[in-house]
Amino acid sequence: MAYQFDFAPVLAQADLLLKGALFTLQLTVVGTVLGLAIGVLGAVVRAWRLRPFDALFGVYVELIRNTPFIVQLFFIFFGLPALGVRLTEWQAAVLAMVINLGAYSTEIIRAGIVAIPKGQLEAAAALAMSRFEAFRHVVLQPALAKVWPALSSQIVIVMLGSAVCSQIATEELSFAANFIQSRNFRAFETYLLTTLLYLVMAIVVRQLLAWLGQRLLMGRR
Amino acid sequence: MDFTLWDIVRNLLIGLQWTVLLSLVAFVCGGIAGLLLLVARISDNGFLRGLARGYIELFQGTPLLMQLFMVFFGIALFGIDVSAWMAAAIALTLFTSAFLAEIWRGCVESIPRGQWEASGSLALNRLEQLRHVILPQALRIAIAPTVGFSVQVVKGTAVTSIIGFTELTKTGGMLANATFEPFLTYGLVALGYFILCYPLSLSARYLERRLHAPA
Repeated sequence: MAYQFDFAPVLAQADLLLKGALFTLQLTVVGTVLGLAIGVLGAVVRAWRLRPFDALFGVYVELIRNTPFIVQLFFIFFGLPALGVRLTEWQAAVLAMVINLGAYSTEIIRAGIVAIPKGQLEAAAALAMSRFEAFRHVVLQPALAKVWPALSSQIVIVMLGSAVCSQIATEELSFAANFIQSRNFRAFETYLLTTLLYLVMAIVVRQLLAWLGQRLLMGRR
Repeated sequence: MDFTLWDIVRNLLIGLQWTVLLSLVAFVCGGIAGLLLLVARISDNGFLRGLARGYIELFQGTPLLMQLFMVFFGIALFGIDVSAWMAAAIALTLFTSAFLAEIWRGCVESIPRGQWEASGSLALNRLEQLRHVILPQALRIAIAPTVGFSVQVVKGTAVTSIIGFTELTKTGGMLANATFEPFLTYGLVALGYFILCYPLSLSARYLERRLHAPA
């Protein structure tokens, strides 16, 4: 192959890539916290069949899980202004990530809650735990602990999926890559380094989530 | 020029056909590649195993968009003019194979060890063991998650709009620009994906329930 690889023009812009990576991580953190909040709410509503909201969450989950993230993003960013809802690029990106993760985590956490034996709640009542205490310690924590690996993978999937947010000009990692390669014409080298950066981020985030899960949910320090 | 609702729908249907075609190609080719990858992933050759593991980690740990760009610009390095359609089909095949291989590995590993030992004691070699004893049993377990993953493949095709492949999402984008009706157009695009994916999701759930039902 006659092609001469040259990574120098890409490395010269490393600060842009790192800034983009940092923004991707920020989007992921906000998306994860809010997305999991929706997930917990939705899971409780679905698991305990609280009418009429359980049906509503059911429709929400199916709609989101059966359409592509990029279409959800475009709908929010390009479609919603028709209803008078105008969002900036990063707001639309965060909203799309929250809605997306919220739907998946609703289903994942619901599975965890349903798997809690009924006797556990009765035991909690017998110990004079308040309803809230029982929910927190007997339902939510064990349920989250049980499904934490699945939740962690989903969070990583959402982070990687956020690469398409560059298409609405959210200035995250893939946006930085597009910007750099449009100026140095070293498309392959730029995307290769960016891909590796994503890979490192995925591995680190996965480890971090496993560590967090151990500390917060499994009670190990 | 004015667009009627039917004009939008008619054009979206053309895009939808390409989405379906790309999904089928990626799923079939990805399935074949995934099977080869599975054999490597569970082989007794450590080098092959490591290679397959690295491949799976790479494709599961990076965005599909980056994989598309790598294929698109990577093939161009060889001086080959690659169309968006080719790049999309290749990238999605690689992506699909990595996920299917990992799903199927889980199914193969859920087969009790005794089955391997029994077939080994019958002097079957590793490939014969896989072909005659393990895979037929693993296949039964694998059907539901495989159908479930096909939803991810269909949704994954939407990303190929970014490299300019005119499937459903790209068609929707062009129509939204031409009609100034992004709300309606992207709503219809989402509906198109839903119509493709929801039956797949439902059948995956049905198959899963049937499998776990007491025999």
